[in-house]
Amino acid sequence: MMQDLSISIVYIAYAMAVLLTFGAILTWVERKQAAIMSDRIGANRAYVRIPFTQFKIIWLGLFHGMADGLKLLLKEDFKPVAYDNLAYSLGVWAAFVPVMLVFAVIPFGGTLDPGRLFPSLAAWYGGRTYPMQIAPIDAGLLIVFAFSGISIIGAMLAGWSSNNKFSLLGALRAGSQLISYELVMGLTVLGLILIYGSVNMVTIVQQQSGTVLGVLPAWGVFYQPFAAILFMTAAIAENKRIPFDLPEAESELISGYFTEYSAMKQGMFMLAEFVEIAIIAALFATLFLGGYNLPWMNDAGLTLPGGRFIEMSHGAVVVTQVLTFLVKVFVLCSFQILVRWTLPRFRWDQLLAFAWKFLLPLAVVNLVVTAVAVWALT
Amino acid sequence: MSSRKPYVRPKYWNEPEMGWYEKAYLFEVVRGLAITGGVFMRNMAKWMTGRKGALTSYYPEETRPDYAIHNRGKHILTQRPDGRPQCVACNMCATVCPAQVIEIDAAFDPDDPTHPKYPSRFEIDYSRCVFCGLCVEACPEDAIRMVKETPDFPGVDRDRMWAAREELLNWQPAKDVAKPYPVAGGTPAGGAR
Repeated sequence: MMQDLSISIVYIAYAMAVLLTFGAILTWVERKQAAIMSDRIGANRAYVRIPFTQFKIIWLGLFHGMADGLKLLLKEDFKPVAYDNLAYSLGVWAAFVPVMLVFAVIPFGGTLDPGRLFPSLAAWYGGRTYPMQIAPIDAGLLIVFAFSGISIIGAMLAGWSSNNKFSLLGALRAGSQLISYELVMGLTVLGLILIYGSVNMVTIVQQQSGTVLGVLPAWGVFYQPFAAILFMTAAIAENKRIPFDLPEAESELISGYFTEYSAMKQGMFMLAEFVEIAIIAALFATLFLGGYNLPWMNDAGLTLPGGRFIEMSHGAVVVTQVLTFLVKVFVLCSFQILVRWTLPRFRWDQLLAFAWKFLLPLAVVNLVVTAVAVWALT
Repeated sequence: MSSRKPYVRPKYWNEPEMGWYEKAYLFEVVRGLAITGGVFMRNMAKWMTGRKGALTSYYPEETRPDYAIHNRGKHILTQRPDGRPQCVACNMCATVCPAQVIEIDAAFDPDDPTHPKYPSRFEIDYSRCVFCGLCVEACPEDAIRMVKETPDFPGVDRDRMWAAREELLNWQPAKDVAKPYPVAGGTPAGGAR
């Protein structure tokens, strides 16, 4: 019992640290990447001065995020005389918490055997092993969709309770957009479920550690290339970022459903958006890019395409898996930022037409073809 | 049943003609991502190898390389061979200045009978200066000039954007084509005043 608890606490601390760090770092990455993409230098003026000296630590402007966070924390928390105070206060949390909770079912590493990792604790753990996942639930993928459904409620609550026309319009847009794109997301993932035969995230990752067509790693993106593209599109739309940022379009709705939120409450919406970038990246990596494993890798070691097997010690496997996962997530975050700074915003009718007339039929076709193929091959 | 007609988006005279390639959207998205990603990679490679991957420059630390040689930047006061200011405090530059940013206090120097009048205070308010160069044109003594470098912007406060006499007298050229100049670094002979 205590053993399980200790492992859970370590996992939760790790997950919180990783997510919040990603949330903070991504604000800086977004600025710098946007600047570099457009031949600029980017934010580089914030510094920390070492006391009693004139030595300033700038570190490529990494402290701008800190300065912004401090500003948001210290600003006046201006509250409108909201129509519904309870919903107004709940809205922030209903938008922020589900995003964090999704990470509970995403495996960020393979099976951990603390007894083998720390021989002095072997007796206490008694040979128990733990998948590196906060909540090892069989219904993993379903939980993901359940929680992203809750974040819709957050956006709609925030917009409705603000008692502001712009917020209400933003909430309406958020509601219809998120529901449309969640449908697409669910249908694309169904194809994967058919192939892997499971919704357990760990099983999905383990099934991707083999080889397909001789050379390629057996990643979901090679089985389901269409689904990968559709999933990424729908996921960016779920996150309400450009080119799908209609619910918070500045030029039309000020900031959409969180117009009336100020100080750290507004910061929470921003943080939720940035954490969700990391969550989407983690989901995409888990479903389509082999999760925490290097190509051709499993919990025992590497099996190269030629059939050569390289055994790795347990410690090396754990470290490799954790680092691989972080690197994959970071690269995918960077890709999402690339998309955000490349594409222009949709018009509202285009947005819904894109979901219902283009993505949804494609997702259905993809699902049907996958189902027929799976049925024919088994 | 409502009798309202459904909204029909107007057709514009320059409505873009899109083929299936553009309408599929995905191909054009990939092309756009390739362009921006390529720019990112190119600039990032420059930054990683210690070169500058941006078109913008650090201001004010970095001087843009494309300033004209005769750029009208900050003002300087020229000096006599002994290091005293060339200025005779005639106030012509202050009079001609369209922004009225030059303030001069004249003083009397009995030690220099040929140039008894000199500026005890010569200040320029750079928060209002328009860099027209009329002061340089008006000066009968070639005492005020404008050099290529920009003044020490930015300031935290408008009051800090005044350039004082000592700052203006800092100019130490290696060689002045117009007249002999005090040796750079050496103490000027009579520059005490």
